[in-house]
Amino acid sequence: MDTILTFFSSNIQMIYILLFTVILGFEIISKVPTVLHTPLMSGANAISGIVIIGAIILMRQAHSDDYFTLSLGAIGVVLGMINVIGGFAVTDRMLEMFKKKKK
Amino acid sequence: MIFDTLIQLAYMVGALFIVLGIRKLGSPDTAKGGNIQAGIGMGIAIVAAMIAPMARGDNNYVWILGAMVVGGLIGWVSAKKVKMTAMPQMVSIFNGLGGATAVVLGMVELEHYYNGSPMNGGQLVVTLLALIIGGVSFTGSMLAYLKLDGKVKDKHVTFNGHSILNIILLLGMIGVAAYLYMQGQPGGMGLAVLVMIVSMIYGFSFVAPIGGADMPVVISLLNSFTGLSAAAAGLIYGSLVMIVGGIFVGAAGTILTVLMCNAMNRSLLSVVLGGFGGGAAAGAKAGVDGQIVKEIGLNDLAIQLYYSDSVIFVPGYGLAVAQAQKVLKELDDLLSENGVDVKYAIHPVAGRMPGHMNVLLAEADVPYPKLLDLEEANAGFGSTDVVVIVGANDVVNPAANDDPSSPIYGMPILEVLDAKATIVIKRSMSPGYAGIQNPLFFHDKNKMLFGDAKDVIGKIAGEVKGL
Repeated sequence: MDTILTFFSSNIQMIYILLFTVILGFEIISKVPTVLHTPLMSGANAISGIVIIGAIILMRQAHSDDYFTLSLGAIGVVLGMINVIGGFAVTDRMLEMFKKKKK
Repeated sequence: MIFDTLIQLAYMVGALFIVLGIRKLGSPDTAKGGNIQAGIGMGIAIVAAMIAPMARGDNNYVWILGAMVVGGLIGWVSAKKVKMTAMPQMVSIFNGLGGATAVVLGMVELEHYYNGSPMNGGQLVVTLLALIIGGVSFTGSMLAYLKLDGKVKDKHVTFNGHSILNIILLLGMIGVAAYLYMQGQPGGMGLAVLVMIVSMIYGFSFVAPIGGADMPVVISLLNSFTGLSAAAAGLIYGSLVMIVGGIFVGAAGTILTVLMCNAMNRSLLSVVLGGFGGGAAAGAKAGVDGQIVKEIGLNDLAIQLYYSDSVIFVPGYGLAVAQAQKVLKELDDLLSENGVDVKYAIHPVAGRMPGHMNVLLAEADVPYPKLLDLEEANAGFGSTDVVVIVGANDVVNPAANDDPSSPIYGMPILEVLDAKATIVIKRSMSPGYAGIQNPLFFHDKNKMLFGDAKDVIGKIAGEVKGL
């Protein structure tokens, strides 16, 4: 019980952020029309590529002769970057069609 | 100190842009700008991560920039080259790669841990979470891609009792991870590799029995997994932008998944455990051999459409595969000029993803007001002369209404039989993506026209022009 209470008291700000972010995610998506579900899923997919930040930090913290970390980190950056750039570009292509139509 | 604060502020602005961008993605008018805004937010976060002061390490900018250029180019080129019909597959691949990134991070952090870097219990837990969830998302997304692309058929990867195997694998994965956690620093890399392998096998096995019509749900679910693995990785590095972005995607993906399940009147649990692909025996009642379908000729159909007051098209994946949206719009224009009221009925799960058909029809410049959603369409079929089903199947299958043994029983469908007549344009009599027979084809009101959608509709348009 004590451990649980300590965990909550020392991480209370993080728990706030988690709760509000979850509610934000739910609220924003629940109002979206079906027509935009595919672009939205694609956009959300691009954002999950935020994991690349971790790969960048990992590589910057490595020593320049730590080839294990550098090579695996580089793979992480490559894969994450494909997710980010590809994700946004695909979403943009989907949305291009909506824009053309508006005229 | 000031620089540190500026970096933190930059991360915050990045996160804010991402959330506001996704919000704008929810409305057709602002969607394009929203995507760009979210992209800028991501860019700000990446730049901040590049210039933030580090307590240790040698920066290694050459390595990082090189990797960013390589990944960026691959992502850009594949996104530009992919066909509209293959977009869902592409999203699935991209999603899997995000999961793989989390796996890489988890493995490297564990390697450092076993080589003496300190890590407290909480950090070890989130590292394991990033590794496991990322691994499941990676192989799951890859199998979803292969299934969507038709490279792997459901029957190749399923067998009886698959859900029991999945439960064993899930428990095994948690068990191995818990054992690794309890071993602490003396544990060793062998265990970490084992956790990674088991999570990847589970991801594959988790998606394997889920087939056909449920694939959009799976991609959405795996998308939220990748978000969660990114958030777990964010906890390793104490990066708020990763945590907020990851949790946001996790929540958004989850609610999108639930919305899709609701559209099919199925619970998430039944999607995950059961799956359409597993029900090989299902549909036996509907698929009675020897029943006869009536065919209609091109000319007859052209005349029937031309002299109708109202026509509703029901597009499906077959339309997308045949790239028939533009010729369908031409036919629509010809009929509309002659006073026929032409509409399109869009089932929430038509095609391979929600909104898939809307995107394709938007590409062909079909105006919004002509697109009816499920409820509008079902209210309108009663006063419609002809419903033309182009490459759709499961979403108009009446077995969903009256055959409790059918795997799609209970799914809301487009009630096309309310109309005076129905025409199904289809390449062959083969069953739809859910792998079940469709009694509509044999119904008295229905006539079939076999052929490639683009080819057939082009010819009908030609006939209509000649009338």
